[in-house]
Amino acid sequence: MPDSSSPLRHLLGIEGLNEGQILPILDLAESYALLSRSRSAPREALRGRTLINLFFEDSTRTRTSFELAGKRLGADVINMTVATSSVNKGETLLDTAATLNAMRCDLLVVRHAQSGAPALLAQKVEASVINAGDGMHEHPTQALLDALTIRRHLGTLSGLTVAICGDIGHSRVARSNIHLLSALGSTIRLVGPPTLLPGAMAGLGNGNVTIHHTMEEALAGADVVMSLRLQKERMGSGLVPSAREYFRFFGLNRKRLALAQPNALVMHPGPMNRGVEIASNVADSPQSVISEQVEMGVAVRMAVLDRLARGRRPS
Amino acid sequence: MSTLFFHNVRIIDPASNRDAPGTLTVRDGLIAELDAPSAPEGAHSIDGQGAVLAPGLVDMRADLGEPGFEYREDVETGARAAVAGGVTTLAVLPNTVPVIDDPALVQHLKERGNDTGMITIHPYGALTKGCEGKETAELGLLQEVGAVAFTDGTRTIADTKQLRNLLSYARFMDGLIVQHPEDPSLARGACATSGPLATRLGLPQVPAAAEAILIARDIRIVEMTGGRLHFAHVSTAEGLDLIRKAKAKGLSITCDTAPPYFLLTEETIGDFRTYAKLSPPLRNATDRDAVLAALADGTIDAIASDHAPADADDKRLPFAQARAGGIGLVTLLSATLASGLDLLNALRLITSAPANVLRIDAGTLSIGAKADLCLFAPEQSWVVESGKLPGRAQNTPFDGETMPGKVLRTFRHGIEVYTAGTVA
Repeated sequence: MPDSSSPLRHLLGIEGLNEGQILPILDLAESYALLSRSRSAPREALRGRTLINLFFEDSTRTRTSFELAGKRLGADVINMTVATSSVNKGETLLDTAATLNAMRCDLLVVRHAQSGAPALLAQKVEASVINAGDGMHEHPTQALLDALTIRRHLGTLSGLTVAICGDIGHSRVARSNIHLLSALGSTIRLVGPPTLLPGAMAGLGNGNVTIHHTMEEALAGADVVMSLRLQKERMGSGLVPSAREYFRFFGLNRKRLALAQPNALVMHPGPMNRGVEIASNVADSPQSVISEQVEMGVAVRMAVLDRLARGRRPS
Repeated sequence: MSTLFFHNVRIIDPASNRDAPGTLTVRDGLIAELDAPSAPEGAHSIDGQGAVLAPGLVDMRADLGEPGFEYREDVETGARAAVAGGVTTLAVLPNTVPVIDDPALVQHLKERGNDTGMITIHPYGALTKGCEGKETAELGLLQEVGAVAFTDGTRTIADTKQLRNLLSYARFMDGLIVQHPEDPSLARGACATSGPLATRLGLPQVPAAAEAILIARDIRIVEMTGGRLHFAHVSTAEGLDLIRKAKAKGLSITCDTAPPYFLLTEETIGDFRTYAKLSPPLRNATDRDAVLAALADGTIDAIASDHAPADADDKRLPFAQARAGGIGLVTLLSATLASGLDLLNALRLITSAPANVLRIDAGTLSIGAKADLCLFAPEQSWVVESGKLPGRAQNTPFDGETMPGKVLRTFRHGIEVYTAGTVA
């Protein structure tokens, strides 16, 4: 495991990272957030570098966010959306790796429906690989942008109580957040119907995680409430009977939010299903930092790209 | 409202283990006092002449035909059969047309029960939409409006992963799932238990082990998910052994049986008597004796009527084509007494025990409880005569049997809803 002084070669996940590796990224991102706001990002930081967004899964937000981050730092950004065929995925992935090596790509942002696909690519490509979401495994830049958003509002990431609500079992966002928040000393409460929240999730996060099946219990006194997207395909698959039942028992509404700390932050990785996992009047309330999460997303990705590119730079 | 004063009665209340003579006072539809020495001022006095006064019976499994099958039975006719049998609280099955898979239908059925003035209905919610065994029904919303538990009736949840999802999902609301324990592929097309009788008659057979096979799987899933599961009308020695062991392990598993499974055997089918065609089918004498033993040792939590009304035309068919099921409301008390258990423990199985399984307020004589009462003469017997029974459906598997215990009067919320000899 790399210590805090050794440069990161890839960013495949949050698991295994320590405070000393996470905080410098957040600090750098913080400064990029300010520079972005003043329209004065350093266009030369990644000049001459090639960034490829390799997306095996549809995504608008994350891809756009990485694209913008790369461009604000002066990189040459190429977007590749690869249609996945159900067969020969492994073969296609390795063929793609060979192609990318030939193109002399420096930074490779990968999203894939299969857990572990970015890790496999990282073994085969010369570029630094950034996991932009792999299956149900990790989405590290989302956890970093969530952390930055929280820190900007609450001033710290330790000693907080963070409730993560909804489809935890299928969520890479939840896993990355559990790793990050527990590494920095916060307590995580997971809440959802048992079909979406396997008991084994309590084993993540070094003992800082508790499992709950009522929103009321999980939200009581929480500093941060994260709502997760409920994929439509969960309905009719035996996991959740209907959107209306889900909203009735697991939707984040004002009454439930009132149980959290008075100024608890409301977060959502987007895109939201209003009236399913979150009520509109909560999503649009003053406590909501959902738009700021998007803004911090660009800043965090600039910081990650910068640090990985620096690690590659010959000294 | 009036005040009632029961005296010269043997009061049996299984919830408090009481079996002693005494008096009982009812005020404003609630049980107000036990063993008051004399009738309160202005009370209407009822001399029980030594009969047993017990809680109104709780039947945890009845099909009342409504909505959709009113030609067999409806809530009104079912209620008449119920109170004639001393039953005042019923958990009613959801596999009707439409299926009880919408909160509005649960409320409707509850109201239909109240409208009769005779019975209180606790509807089961469908476990899957349309009881089709595909999509999970809205268990949380159904429970919120009063669905007492969830089942697909005599349809088994066959898919293992689906059962796991259902048991797992229902945990957040502590919901109870009720399973018809019969491996559906083994049971497909069958109408009798495998054995010499079915072989001689040439009937399609299901092995008794079809029950144990399903119960074994389901117990394992309960262990995995931590959900609450109830097996309905358990009827085999092997199935009961599995349940006995699972309970000893501390799993949240309960079960009931129905009178035909401890009083009758497959021999009742005789010469293709379709009134003896039940689901699950009647078993052999060894299994019947095992059910009796499981009633005595507490493995079986409750006795349900398993009331399954059928029209004469549903039954006047070749055996394999006839509709399965028998009525059981009017014979529930008598059949339970015929089990040979002592009165207190026999009554427990049809009052407080099913109420505990379903977590409903019923089946007790505690102060402040709704005055649902059954006054009966345990030593009087009667003959079950199909065609002359209260209620619409007449398909009793006990036709012609002499049964112990005669219900004299039934009260719901302090109002007399049945008096022997006055209801046709």
